[in-house]
Amino acid sequence: MIGNLEWSTLQQLWWLITSLVGSLFIFLTFVQGGQTLILTLAKNESEKSLIVNSLGRKWELTFTALVLFGGALYAAFPLFYATSFGGAYWVWIAILLTFVLQAISYEFRRKPNNFLGQRTYEVFLLINGTVGILLIGAAIGTFFTGSNFRLNDYSLVQWTHPLRGLEAAFEPFNVSFGLFLVFLARVLGTLYLTSNIEDADLVARLRKSSFTNLLLSLPFLLFVLYRLITMNGFTVDPASKVISLVAGKYLDNMLSMPSVLAMLLSGLSLVVLGAMLNRFTTSRRGIWPAGLGTVLTCLSVFFLTGYHNTPFYPSKTDLGSSLTIYNASSSHYTLTMMSYVAILVPFVLAYIAWVWRQMDSRRLGFEEVTGDSKSY
Amino acid sequence: MIESVDFGQVNWARAQFALTAMYHWIFVPLTLGLSVLCAFFETLYVRTGNNEWKQLTKFWMSLFAVNFAIGVATGIILEFEFGTNWSNYSWMVGDIFGTPLAIEGILAFFLEATFFAVMFFGWDRFSKRMHLFSTWMVALGSNLSALWILIANGWMQNPIGMRFNPETARFEMLDIWAVISSRIAISHFTHATSSGFLLASLFVTAVSSWFLLKGRHQTFARRSITVAATFGLFSAMFVAFTGDEHAYITVKTQPMKLAAMEGLYKGKKPTGLIAFGVVNPDKQTGDAGDPFVTKIEVPGMLSLLANRKLGSFVAGIDDLVWGNPEHDIVGVDRKMKYGRQAVSSLADFKKARKTGDSAAAVAALAIFDQNREFLGYGYLKKPSDAVPPVSLVFYSFRVMAGLGTFFILLFTLFLIQSARDKLTANRWLLRIGVISVFLGYIAQQAGWIVTEVGRQPWAIQGLLPVSVARSNLDSGTVAVTFFIFLALFTVMLIAEVKIMTKQISLGPEGSAL
Repeated sequence: MIGNLEWSTLQQLWWLITSLVGSLFIFLTFVQGGQTLILTLAKNESEKSLIVNSLGRKWELTFTALVLFGGALYAAFPLFYATSFGGAYWVWIAILLTFVLQAISYEFRRKPNNFLGQRTYEVFLLINGTVGILLIGAAIGTFFTGSNFRLNDYSLVQWTHPLRGLEAAFEPFNVSFGLFLVFLARVLGTLYLTSNIEDADLVARLRKSSFTNLLLSLPFLLFVLYRLITMNGFTVDPASKVISLVAGKYLDNMLSMPSVLAMLLSGLSLVVLGAMLNRFTTSRRGIWPAGLGTVLTCLSVFFLTGYHNTPFYPSKTDLGSSLTIYNASSSHYTLTMMSYVAILVPFVLAYIAWVWRQMDSRRLGFEEVTGDSKSY
Repeated sequence: MIESVDFGQVNWARAQFALTAMYHWIFVPLTLGLSVLCAFFETLYVRTGNNEWKQLTKFWMSLFAVNFAIGVATGIILEFEFGTNWSNYSWMVGDIFGTPLAIEGILAFFLEATFFAVMFFGWDRFSKRMHLFSTWMVALGSNLSALWILIANGWMQNPIGMRFNPETARFEMLDIWAVISSRIAISHFTHATSSGFLLASLFVTAVSSWFLLKGRHQTFARRSITVAATFGLFSAMFVAFTGDEHAYITVKTQPMKLAAMEGLYKGKKPTGLIAFGVVNPDKQTGDAGDPFVTKIEVPGMLSLLANRKLGSFVAGIDDLVWGNPEHDIVGVDRKMKYGRQAVSSLADFKKARKTGDSAAAVAALAIFDQNREFLGYGYLKKPSDAVPPVSLVFYSFRVMAGLGTFFILLFTLFLIQSARDKLTANRWLLRIGVISVFLGYIAQQAGWIVTEVGRQPWAIQGLLPVSVARSNLDSGTVAVTFFIFLALFTVMLIAEVKIMTKQISLGPEGSAL
């Protein structure tokens, strides 16, 4: 069946799959959001440890989702991988460094003789949760605002801005998107921790914090939405393949793809619902509507930038160099083979869900963390 | 493409990749082997129900966790470095190379990440059997990820199952099975993973020997040594076996690498193996100098090992660079001529496509098709560029092979003394046991130096030299990131070693053994 699919169908399918992995990653950044709460929300050492250990049972899933997001982009859209990573060099290096710091921090934080001291590892986690997420948001923002690069006849990239990608973090839209993701991650972090931690006192503070962070995210969200509706956007003529800048492009995309608009609105509503449930009811399940909402919201963002004759990685310097899901993709054969592999994804998701359920069937309390010598 | 090459930059990028890969490979082989050993220890616990095996399992697991974290940290850099520092490479071969990386993510990393949490925090939340299953899944996941990454690496060493598409100016996959089942990839995988088992056995032996020397945790240490030495002996023998197989394939696929490994300039019939040699540092390909200052040679041995045929011909560096008509070897000098035609006809083709001149495009394509297999050689500046640094490869190979042989002997001695229950009586053996883990790390690094330095200047063997594979960055940028990574990795390594040694000195918790 997959073997008979048109190349363009596969390209659209792989944009869907890649977007899904990216969206699941953003959902899983509740780990990063939680990391930013360690230093602000925890009152004492044991609360800190409780938060770290609760997150510590999930951080590798987030990390792996990021790695898979990279791998899927590499395999399905290698020209994007080459252009963005090789071009927007500094922004990606900076993001990577924050994740390197994260990877050692859980394990090393409280180990005796850990060289840098507990506080340093906690600051590493904070950096990952703030700078890391902000820059990821800024990088995704460039899918709308464009980047500074040019491709030569051999499709080799030349970046035309000396900051090599970091310039993205100086554009209001990108920064707002990044800050929205930071606060979204904090909302998700409080919701996850509420669902995962036993201690009533800490949970009460988490409940308040989820609402506060939702409010803090709103200005950035509203600015992003306002700009999305009003900004000029990049469009590709399906016949001539000529790329141009047109007014109201993303509004047009929303109206032309009503299902995407519906995903965006319902997604955001679900996030709000999750945070409200957490704040104003005794439910501990706010993470699920908010998580689903996050995935829907992110999917709609990726769909807005990739579908409906839109170049997902536009170039401000040279419109003709902009990347679409059609000119940046792997060959028909490779996408076909990759699609066979992707059939396994539901099985992977199923065992992750099963293990997650078993693991979290009982909430985490102080006794378990202090009683286990292996705890983080 | 080639005109603007800044060789300073490409060498910084190489240095950075080597740095990341070498740091990464400090931690990975231990992860590969220790995950399996932990699973094995836990199996003994579940089988016997003896809590002492559980304690033992938990102790090795805690060391595994410290090591695992830093392996993950260096690993993510490697994946993204293909994009940041080798973006031309990523575009030109991403159609093939990206696939195993994505499959690695789907099939291996999630297995590791999901069950890792169970392995460490699920002792009281899962049944005994489910916990054991999870530990095995972590071991399987680690080794599966090695499989996919080595398939990717094997493809770079022996690019098959693909074709260059002049329209897109990139290589495109034609046959995924050819890529996956490539002999060199499988031999890479078996050699590298078994070397990981070997290193983990050395590690367990070293820590346990140290306990015995200190007179601590005697039963614990003896048990660990018995398991590790058995596992280690089998691994070491398997490493030697797969190494021989690997060399045999290398002769066919990367004859230049093999010639460099042996410091062989002029092919002979039969060819001897240099058991010991001091390389002449001034020797260049094509000159009359002696390749060695001094050497001890085993006559005819290389012919036997390389071709499995007594008295057969093994090509040397000079034969490969300047050609040898007697043995049907086309030299790099001739290949460069064809390669230049491929490069220029590709440029003509691109130009004709742009101007819409279809007749010129067809003509250019015809010339390109005649020379396409030599495309990569068109980017070399001189024939001797195709020769890797001989002395580094030569010595690294000897260090690796020599230590590999030593480890077989070492584990045999440990097994004998362990069976006779005379371990503590032979303190010299325990001391060697402690030191040997460092030799294990050296052998690991030496092995990768042979593989990766030995294939220079190629990113993709014969098709894409590193000078073309690089990103369009200035050398200062790459140099800065090199030093950032160097500082960061070194700090991480210091922290890791400090934590690890502290954990070891604390010993298995609550152990009365």
